[in-house]
Amino acid sequence: MNDVSLYDVDNPAPVIEPPRKRTKKTPKSTRTNFELYGWLFMRLSGVVLVVLVLGHLLIQLVLDGGVSKIGFAFVAGRWASPFWQGWDLCMLWLAMLHGANGLRTVINDYAQRDTTRFWLKMLLYTATVFTVLLGTLVIFTFDPNIA
Amino acid sequence: MPAGTLYRGREGMWSWVAHRVTGVLIFFFLFVHVLDTALVRVSPEAYDDVVATYKTPIVNVLEYGLVAAILFHALNGLRVIAVDFWSKGPKYQKQMLWTVVGVWVVLMAGAFYPVLQHTLRTLFGS
Repeated sequence: MNDVSLYDVDNPAPVIEPPRKRTKKTPKSTRTNFELYGWLFMRLSGVVLVVLVLGHLLIQLVLDGGVSKIGFAFVAGRWASPFWQGWDLCMLWLAMLHGANGLRTVINDYAQRDTTRFWLKMLLYTATVFTVLLGTLVIFTFDPNIA
Repeated sequence: MPAGTLYRGREGMWSWVAHRVTGVLIFFFLFVHVLDTALVRVSPEAYDDVVATYKTPIVNVLEYGLVAAILFHALNGLRVIAVDFWSKGPKYQKQMLWTVVGVWVVLMAGAFYPVLQHTLRTLFGS
């Protein structure tokens, strides 16, 4: 870096529009506070997920031999208890919604073309709904005597 | 410094970048993890087969990486909450980041043996 400026009066630096600047296309009213609630949800779900996910990692990967012990019998043992079913169900829903909203923000930030942005988000929402429903179904219909 | 950028570098920007990158990685793993767990509805053998992958040395090391990503995202997320809701949060954001890094290093050192013990035992004997 040096002190000599690349720009002068005849060759001005490029102008950066302030983010979220109001333009002619901006609607007068955004109608809802969806983004505010989204922002709040990220923080509230985040705090709960710190407990749920770190507890999950501790049980699955640290205590009692780490990953060695995991198998169908281990899952059956844990899901015999409604407490751990509830834990996993909360973790599934909160983590999926937290992650989906995070990726929605990332897509909004980096996908510049309207159609690209739209289809990436449709893909995201489809995958999210599918995964949440599948996971919920698995927790509720788990059968330890399936074999 | 490159022209025409709002990015300012240093602790604030790089922690934000790391938060995004770890967040996206964790989310992609979550999809895979729900799918592999769903195999318990197929058969115990199908589930145990895929869990065997989690016990191979390479994937076991990836699990340690997953723990690294999750721990950073969790600790830095708490820092973001403090920056947003604590009146002195923005003033101490740098100190809080280095606290996050310090706690992360300690927890990662503590998780090293428990998480990797399966691989350490298979490779170097019990």
